[in-house]
Amino acid sequence: MSTPIAEHSHEAHGHGHDGEFSHPMPIWMLLTVFVTLLALTVLTVYQSTFNLGNVEIWLSLTIATIKAGLVIAFFMHLLWDKPLNMIIILSSLIFVALFLGFTMMDAQGYRENLIMTPTLEESQPAVIEVATSK
Amino acid sequence: MTTAVAPAPTEHDHHEHPSWLAHHFDDAEQQFDAGKMGMWLFLVTEVLFFSGMFCAYALYRNRNPEVFEFCSTFLNEKLGAINTGVLLFSSLTMAWAVRASQLKETKTLIGMLGATLGCAAIFLGVKAVEYSHKWALGLFPGKFYISQVAGAPHSEVPYLWYLSIAPLVMLVCFILYYIYGIVTASKFHLRVAGPLVIAAACFFGGVGLGLVLEAEEGHGDTHASASHQEHSADHAHTDAAIPTVNLLSTDTAPLNDVATTPAESNTPDSSVNQKGMAGLFFSIYYCMTGVHAFHILGGMLVITWLIVKAANLEFHSKYYGPVDNVGLYWHLVDFIWIFLFPLLYLIT
Amino acid sequence: MSVVTKPVTMPAPNLVAGEEDNYLTHSSGFLSWALTLDHKRIGLMYLTCVMASFALGGILALLVRIHLWNPNLDPTQALFSNKVYNQIFTLHGAVMVFLFIIPSIPAALGNFLLPIMLGSKDVAFPRLNLGSFYLWVAGALFFLFSMFATGLDTGWTFYTPYSIESQGPVVAATMGVFVLGFSSIFTGLNFIVTINTMRPPGMTWFRMPLFLWAIYSTAIIQVLATPVLGITMLLLAAERILGIGIFDAKMNGDPVAFQHFFWFYSHPAVYIMILPAMGIISELMSVHSHKGILGYRMIAYSSIAIALFGFLVWGHHMFTSGMADVTTIVFSALTFTVSIPSAIKVFNWIGTMYQGTVSLNTPMVYALAFIFLFTIGGLTGLFLGALSTDMHLHATYFVVAHFHYVMMGGTLVAFLGGLFHWWPKMTGKMFNDFAGIVSAAIVFVGFNLTFLPQFVLGTRGMPRRYASYALEFQDLHRLSTIGAVMLGTGLLVAALTLLHSLFYGSKAPRNPWGGATLEWECSSPPPHDNFSSAPTVGDPYDFSNIEYDPKVGGYFKKK
Repeated sequence: MSTPIAEHSHEAHGHGHDGEFSHPMPIWMLLTVFVTLLALTVLTVYQSTFNLGNVEIWLSLTIATIKAGLVIAFFMHLLWDKPLNMIIILSSLIFVALFLGFTMMDAQGYRENLIMTPTLEESQPAVIEVATSK
Repeated sequence: MTTAVAPAPTEHDHHEHPSWLAHHFDDAEQQFDAGKMGMWLFLVTEVLFFSGMFCAYALYRNRNPEVFEFCSTFLNEKLGAINTGVLLFSSLTMAWAVRASQLKETKTLIGMLGATLGCAAIFLGVKAVEYSHKWALGLFPGKFYISQVAGAPHSEVPYLWYLSIAPLVMLVCFILYYIYGIVTASKFHLRVAGPLVIAAACFFGGVGLGLVLEAEEGHGDTHASASHQEHSADHAHTDAAIPTVNLLSTDTAPLNDVATTPAESNTPDSSVNQKGMAGLFFSIYYCMTGVHAFHILGGMLVITWLIVKAANLEFHSKYYGPVDNVGLYWHLVDFIWIFLFPLLYLIT
Repeated sequence: MSVVTKPVTMPAPNLVAGEEDNYLTHSSGFLSWALTLDHKRIGLMYLTCVMASFALGGILALLVRIHLWNPNLDPTQALFSNKVYNQIFTLHGAVMVFLFIIPSIPAALGNFLLPIMLGSKDVAFPRLNLGSFYLWVAGALFFLFSMFATGLDTGWTFYTPYSIESQGPVVAATMGVFVLGFSSIFTGLNFIVTINTMRPPGMTWFRMPLFLWAIYSTAIIQVLATPVLGITMLLLAAERILGIGIFDAKMNGDPVAFQHFFWFYSHPAVYIMILPAMGIISELMSVHSHKGILGYRMIAYSSIAIALFGFLVWGHHMFTSGMADVTTIVFSALTFTVSIPSAIKVFNWIGTMYQGTVSLNTPMVYALAFIFLFTIGGLTGLFLGALSTDMHLHATYFVVAHFHYVMMGGTLVAFLGGLFHWWPKMTGKMFNDFAGIVSAAIVFVGFNLTFLPQFVLGTRGMPRRYASYALEFQDLHRLSTIGAVMLGTGLLVAALTLLHSLFYGSKAPRNPWGGATLEWECSSPPPHDNFSSAPTVGDPYDFSNIEYDPKVGGYFKKK
């Protein structure tokens, strides 16, 4: 309850002690983002009507990533937030990539060692064996 | 935000500690920064939490792409797209609510929070239609999956009705609460009860919307084969395969015994349309959308809490952290759905 | 700087005239503890609960060792049936990992010390802090109840497919772990935010005590890794309730994927366990050598490096689980990189003692034991990280000995060292130093007697988790059991020393060891708001102006 510890230096933030730190988003910006998001949703539904093969999943994921980026940047106003918060959320994506990347890489590799019965029977368990000789 | 243990303001403090500023913070900005950083870290945990299911999705889609193609024909694209739009709109209203709380526009704030709550309810209503429709077809996760056969009768269990009981009870309670507000002429209660009543009613709006769109898409009992043909007309063996499966599941004979001719066993349907294949897809589907739906429910709870606080006129330009942080959480729920929608519904 | 003589708060009812108000006497009554938002009281409550869990886990470990006194070739003659034996070692592992080691240093000592060392009034979210304590209690009760009710026998790792088929209460246990995980996440989140936003002026990143760097790194892992455990446990529960089949080979699922999910958390979790211990040792080495720490920045950076590298090596738990050849090689190579930051730390600790004035009191003796045991634990890890030797040693007693050297010889010994080090600060009482040193000596000898033979057992082919063994292993097993009993005795002596001090200990001075970090500048025990006057933040390892005052039996900082 004593005073001197209580004196934080906020100079780094560029605000005074009693300064405003809120940053209201202008309404036109919110609406523009929303309309863009809707348009991208329509686009992604539309592209799914074509059979594009392997490209399809990457295309729809790219559109989803753009949409997610818009939500994060504007609706979550990360663009005006502290850089640290941006680092925090980006680091989470790096660790997700790490987790998925290694697991997928390994699964690709050991898939050939798995011996699976081509068709599963309803009554009997499928046999999955790991080839012991490598 | 005072604490029970240590009553905060003393004559030694050279800034006043208002009631909304916790005693261990020095000023409003420090409190806001701490809260916000905490919320971002929490969102990190949420992202990693969902990553487990995305990993499972990637593993199985990579291994059995044909299962995903087959199963996504049972998901109604229109409902998914509508729900995406609803969630995006709720994100807009939530972001608007944050703005309103910063500018101390209480009416707009409550309106926007109410709209967000309503959108969440519509989302769940549509979801309830989707789920109940799948359950009626026997599209359960994992070992409860029932192989799809053309012309098989729908289950008569009224799943949609079961799912509607809780919202119905809540609707009644909220209406009673609203009446209580009118009787006591309490502005506070009316401000809270209004959005709640509308939100609960929105659930049934969502159910209605879902039913209409589902009826357009499905064709009664032949839904499975009909929608399947429509989406995979390029499979020459489709028609041949379905009767085979039909034979199977009525006899409950092992699949291998009957699917003898190579032409039949090579079609995706006969090998895919079973517990270990399509069942796994629906496991992933229910896990992802189910956990997401629980996050929506959690979000609805905290938004209700915000409405109560807003009706109490607690927010202003130096204390809007709760609205902002709930907003961040709500956008993350939207963020997850933005990925779930193409990954589950739009597989061709 | 205005000097406040006494914080104006609620008058403490049981305050004796002339005695300083402290956090223990600040308010009284059951609710003043149960609903407290004071990080010190929460830390103390954690400490009590964690120690109770440790006692439980320790007794179970002794039961395992006593069971293995005989080869048990005839199961009917054995102390426990095979099934009960499985349940006992599962319970031992799960209690020790989830209820003791993970919360021990961060939640108990960390909660108590972090705000004081930082110079702040409390953690950023005191309510969340209390909430995570109750989550811990709920998770622990859930977990223990489910295991005692019918007996869990999957091992603490819940590997599929056995965890899907086991008759034990796997769902309840996974939910317990899920709740405990969230307790851990919220603690870590709280600490990160506190360190980032609540540092007082003058407390720059590189003036933070190394314990805080360690806690910070730990918190990063807690926040990033624990959610994956959460979803793994949720999917496992869904597996058992709904038969979703994602990890079930019978359903065309992938059991190897379960191990990936599990170890993505559980390997970094190993660093949740050891990093805070390393932080304690950094403090102990410097304070009790009365000499500035060698390579402050290197130790600080190596903590962060361990936290990040720790995410890259989880595959080394699965070398024999059917992983792809390429991945095993990648993971094996990455595993060796983690040894670099660990070695940097050990080097710096030893360098700190060089030409220092080492006081051999209880905390320092524990710290020395740590360095010895942790080094053995670390070096034997190299054999397990290397592919060819791991094929031979996997799932043998060598692994058991290795991780007990790191987890017990490392974390537990450092925890005890830290407990003795900060005990005067926490309770305001001095303990009998001689008894403490004796306890450390018995623990050290008993520990080595328990686990050194297990290295030999492992290399000779004794598999872990077996309830019986071939006659040729009997001598080594008996040595190990004797050691375990001795170890238990040592721990009992340590516990009695501490308990004795509570009732008969002399009053602790402000700074009994001559530390330069902030916690030694407030009274022992600290007042409710930590500092009655603002601390001046200086170099945490500058001992040049610390002098001994024989009148109070402690040190003080020359102005």
